[in-house]
Amino acid sequence: MAVKPFKLALAGFSAVGLAALAACGEAPSDSNGGDNADASFLACMVTDSGGVDDKSFNESSWAGMEAAAKANDDIEVQVKESSSETDYDPNLQATVDDGCNFIVGVGGLMTENVNTIATANPDIPFATVDGFSEVENVYSIQFDTAQSAYLAGYVAAAQTKTGKVATWGGIQIPPVTIFMDGFAEGIAKHNEDKGTNVELLGWDEEAQTGTFINGFEDAAAGKSTSDTFITQGADILFPVAGPAGIGALTAASENDDVSAIWVDTDGFVSTEYGAEILTSAEKGLETAVKDAVDAAYKAANGGDAITGSYVGTLENGGVALAPFHDFDSAVSAETKAEIEALTQQIIDGTIVVESPASPAAS
Amino acid sequence: MSTDTKAPAADQPDAGETPEAKPSFMRLFGRYLTEANSVMVTIYSLILAFLIGAILLIVSDEYVRSTYTYFFARPQDALSASWYLVRDSYIALFEGAVLNLNTLDRFAAGTAEFGDLLRPLSETLTYATPLIFTGLAVGLAFRAGLFNIGAQGQMIFGMLGALIIGFSFSLPAVIHLPLAIIAGAIAGAAFGAVPGVLKATTGAHEVISSIMLNNIAGLFLVWAIGTGFLHSETKSDLITKPVDESAVMPKLLSGLSESLRVNWALPLGIAAAVFTWWLLSRSTFGFRIRAVGFNEHASATAGMRIGSTYVTTMAVAGGLAGLAGAALSLGVGSSGITTNTALEYGFDGITVALLGRANPGGIVAAAILFGALKAGALSAQPDVPVDISTLLQAIIVLFIAAPALVKAILHLRTPRGGLVTLEAKGW
Repeated sequence: MAVKPFKLALAGFSAVGLAALAACGEAPSDSNGGDNADASFLACMVTDSGGVDDKSFNESSWAGMEAAAKANDDIEVQVKESSSETDYDPNLQATVDDGCNFIVGVGGLMTENVNTIATANPDIPFATVDGFSEVENVYSIQFDTAQSAYLAGYVAAAQTKTGKVATWGGIQIPPVTIFMDGFAEGIAKHNEDKGTNVELLGWDEEAQTGTFINGFEDAAAGKSTSDTFITQGADILFPVAGPAGIGALTAASENDDVSAIWVDTDGFVSTEYGAEILTSAEKGLETAVKDAVDAAYKAANGGDAITGSYVGTLENGGVALAPFHDFDSAVSAETKAEIEALTQQIIDGTIVVESPASPAAS
Repeated sequence: MSTDTKAPAADQPDAGETPEAKPSFMRLFGRYLTEANSVMVTIYSLILAFLIGAILLIVSDEYVRSTYTYFFARPQDALSASWYLVRDSYIALFEGAVLNLNTLDRFAAGTAEFGDLLRPLSETLTYATPLIFTGLAVGLAFRAGLFNIGAQGQMIFGMLGALIIGFSFSLPAVIHLPLAIIAGAIAGAAFGAVPGVLKATTGAHEVISSIMLNNIAGLFLVWAIGTGFLHSETKSDLITKPVDESAVMPKLLSGLSESLRVNWALPLGIAAAVFTWWLLSRSTFGFRIRAVGFNEHASATAGMRIGSTYVTTMAVAGGLAGLAGAALSLGVGSSGITTNTALEYGFDGITVALLGRANPGGIVAAAILFGALKAGALSAQPDVPVDISTLLQAIIVLFIAAPALVKAILHLRTPRGGLVTLEAKGW
């Protein structure tokens, strides 16, 4: 290859010139600006196949880990991602080899793998998110999201004009279907108490079958699913699909009389479609994981060992129905009072919201 | 790896035997090194890929990038930060794939078992195993001039076939395990034969039909896992029943440590490679495959039945990919498979076959290299971005598929027979 020396030199000079433009800054003073680099406590997390930026439970859990590290200079956090369940074992083993002081496995599918490695390493505290374990050194973090979804279902049934509301999910897994079960029961409660006949599209609690888009990423698929339900007459949408749920919000924004109920976080705050969001069925994953890391840190420094389980409920604030925000005036005082009463009845146990996906603990 | 182009060096005695022969051998060896023959192109592709990987590591690291903003004020910062980042990253990959130096220290101090020392190698071979099968599935079809993109779908059907036999019966392991493996191979072969039949009877191109069949298989898997027949009885997640104890691939080294996951699917993969080699170079059927691959019209004129060769080749390729599925559902996925278990092993098989130049020995070596990259990247998290392994694989294959690029970058000479590239016919 005969590249002319002149051309080569020209290319070289222009490359150096470009680099020089970017490289004229001042050198910083020598200081150690690492992130808690000499912390004594290392908390580690292994994601499930969604990866750490899944806009869903992996991301929320990681946010909790980072919040713990931010609040305490003595805590360092790290994450290992899995691309399938066959990666769980090597990733968990690697966290043990790395000398992690507290190891969080995210997702119910990982619980058995966490149990195995926790049994082999009885001195290290573990946690499983969205799973239940009976192993001594495994702390279970679960959420009875059926409770908040129940309230959401009741509100939806009270607010619908067409008598039809719709839900659809990302993938048919317990953390998703538990929302849909609770939502269905909330609607049934309204129908029973008020003599209404509100119909739920997209989920049959009895048969445990419904509409899923087989993923949490594809907002376009979420939108077309939502459009179908709108065509069928639904005016309130309840997408349980992480970021793909945005598709329901865009669909709602294109139809004046259609609104949506968000999950996991308060969608009025976390999305750009606050005007479409009637309310949200919140799940306090971030706080729960942060608290678990804090508790494990205290245990490592002479406190009580972290053991047993945590179930987020309406009672302890682990799950909640978000404020109505823009829809505050649209929801009648009567409905608000009924929601208050239902919340109280769920807390004192008069009403039990049951789903096949409900947390196994207690 | 192929040695066919070593001819100029081979007729010389070994270095150092006679004083006269030595410079001549060195000269020939030097010529060999600067020539774009298939061995050197492979080696240079690996080296170039790791160099580009190093640049990308530097560019993607926030801290190192920040040192470049004051490059002219204090260049040693940027240079040393880059050097340490690249060095530590590649050491971390090596430690995850071959030998962990920390574990070695602990072993020397007596706090680690010998089994712990083997864990990185075990992980490498575990991830390499499905790639051996899918690489062979693609490579065998290459030889017949067919581009089998459908290994992913064939593997998924193999996975389901082995799984169904695996959980439906409880038999003695000596009968159950082989039965489940064969079921996987048959399911993969049946699904693999479809593009072959379509090509033989209607002329539909196997690339198009096998890509589409991958989609069908992937969506079928999602549906099948949810059905009452396959779905786990104890979990409500999208996961199947586990296979019976008697159909689980026994671990190879469980005597040393339970955490060594490498199982009997690996020797099965080596055996499949030997079988493929025998099939291609020693059997009549293999002769037909290669003849059709070289020139289908000449083969037809010579009296070979082209259509049936396509069908059988695709069926055998599908069977090999089906074995990859069996290795997963009876091995690392024996506690139940999900929609993620198959990962992209079928598509990675294409790159493995390209790197191995559709030659069974080369495919095994390429599969182990890719397995090492995967295991290394997994263990090097979070210090090294986990995508680095996919990235390196992609760059390696880019160079392998375009030897002219390597030749141009490094100013290599054209070998006597011309540049070697692999290609599927029929475009």
